[in-house]
Amino acid sequence: MAQLNPTTFSVSSLRKALSRGEISAREISAAIYEHVDRVDAKYHAFLSFSRKRAEEQAARIDSLPREQRPPLAGIPVALKDNMLLAGYPATCGSQILANYISHYDATVTRKLEAAGALIIGKTNLDEFAMGSSTENSSFFPTLNPNAPDRVPGGSSGGSAVAVATGMVVGALGSDTGGSIRQPAALTGVVGLKPTYGRVSRFGLIAFGSSLDQIGPFGRSVGDVAELLHVIAGHDSNDSTSSPLPVPNFPGALERDIKGLVVGVPWDLLGEGLEVEVKEHITEAIRLLERIGCRIEPVELPHSRYAIDVYYIVAPAEASSNLARFDGVRYGFRSPNVHTLSEMYRQTRERGFGPEVKRRIMLGTYALSAGYYDAYYLKAQKVRTLIARDFQEAFKKVDVVVCPTSPTTAFKLGEKTEDPLSMYLSDVFTITANLAGIPGISLPCGKDQRGLPIGIQFLGQPFDELKMLQLSHAYEQAGGFGIA
Amino acid sequence: MKISEDEVRYVAKLAHLELTSEEIKTFTSQLSSILEHMETLNEVSTVDIEPMTRIPDFGEPASLSTPVREDVPRPSIGTERALGNAPDPGEKYFRVPKVIADR
Repeated sequence: MAQLNPTTFSVSSLRKALSRGEISAREISAAIYEHVDRVDAKYHAFLSFSRKRAEEQAARIDSLPREQRPPLAGIPVALKDNMLLAGYPATCGSQILANYISHYDATVTRKLEAAGALIIGKTNLDEFAMGSSTENSSFFPTLNPNAPDRVPGGSSGGSAVAVATGMVVGALGSDTGGSIRQPAALTGVVGLKPTYGRVSRFGLIAFGSSLDQIGPFGRSVGDVAELLHVIAGHDSNDSTSSPLPVPNFPGALERDIKGLVVGVPWDLLGEGLEVEVKEHITEAIRLLERIGCRIEPVELPHSRYAIDVYYIVAPAEASSNLARFDGVRYGFRSPNVHTLSEMYRQTRERGFGPEVKRRIMLGTYALSAGYYDAYYLKAQKVRTLIARDFQEAFKKVDVVVCPTSPTTAFKLGEKTEDPLSMYLSDVFTITANLAGIPGISLPCGKDQRGLPIGIQFLGQPFDELKMLQLSHAYEQAGGFGIA
Repeated sequence: MKISEDEVRYVAKLAHLELTSEEIKTFTSQLSSILEHMETLNEVSTVDIEPMTRIPDFGEPASLSTPVREDVPRPSIGTERALGNAPDPGEKYFRVPKVIADR
């Protein structure tokens, strides 16, 4: 057995090696954990590991006849620690759930394992997925492997780094305002937020229920398509999951994209955008034109209000979802309290970190009597206008292109004292959550400091396929895949 | 819009958060600057605009409907597992401190 290098693993390479008998699932698992032992001490992507479960799954895969192996047999994957894996922790990056043990599997967990994947562990995140840097984890920050004094983005920073460093082939994150796409951009991997309703959220700890969506990370568009294909589809346990059939994403990737119309919202590519990010995006648009796309300007006039809308709607929903953390049924309970009401207040004060409290406060305020119309209702109306802009744009274009993040990875601590500046880093990603449409971020080069830059494609609802085909064609033409 | 320390205290009460006086100060200033930023929403006319309550129809209305499952009883997780994460489990219930204060 030759020395295995997990950083070169892909779904297709492992599938081939397994089917030829060149490698076993147990050898993959052993190689992965050995690699994790060396690498994770540097970057802190994982909060916990599920080694026993991964090894049992590997043994099960190895015992199956080769022709009966499911599509992700032996593929090492990680779950963001806000998704449930029965018998293992789900901390959500919070002290309030530090000792919580899941009693059942999330639907995505069940689907990944049924497809043969090895679940390696649970990844770090901003507490309750609230943040854009993974610095809000109440345990420790995750570091960017491209520059360890910088953040990996967030909130799914642990999943992005686990993939970027080869500790897993793929990982799941959740994306409420960019929490998959922005860390993908800042670490140099591919990350996809599916259409609202494409993937079941049963077993995902809720943050903003009209915005949350689970999606995959990978080192190539192909790997992301493989994972999406497995996790997508209707689930009777999540009434918001769509009954629409799931296309064969990996099988349909190779398609001539000549004549595809790509829309560019030029108005948004001005203020606040780093010069090098703008240059790379402009260069990428030229490349799209060279490979046969037609470039059309589009206008998304209400997108400039997206941050304000988002930071009303998401905290409002969060303040309601997080009301369940009251110290009664699960999680931390503050000791030495005398009444129920005191117990609630002390438990939440001590169990939640500053960003979570800030958003609960903001959301509670926006929903409170006298302010509901001015904030929440107003925001939901402007949200309608943001979605309508996309409806109009998609009448003339197939896909919209823009940067994923206005900047490359920023330094640890740079934005922690100024929450508003942190919120502004979500400017290009949150419109997709507000409108419910799918989006993908993929690498499009690096700046002079060697920090990755991400390009984002946005698609029509339930048209992840066209977005993936364009991404695949771009990846092939640009050669910016990190493998 | 500026928010006062008293308003922050009132909202903390609604949210069941026992904030420290330092947190009250910090949140008062941070929430004020966030709420001020949000005033730009007043530039947008929303007369006759419905608030968004579902993903809008992008041309395929049928695709966006979500089915309702049959309302039939199914096994639940059971008492033992339901109490498994409780900070203070009773035999078949969650124990909590006194609901009414002595005073």
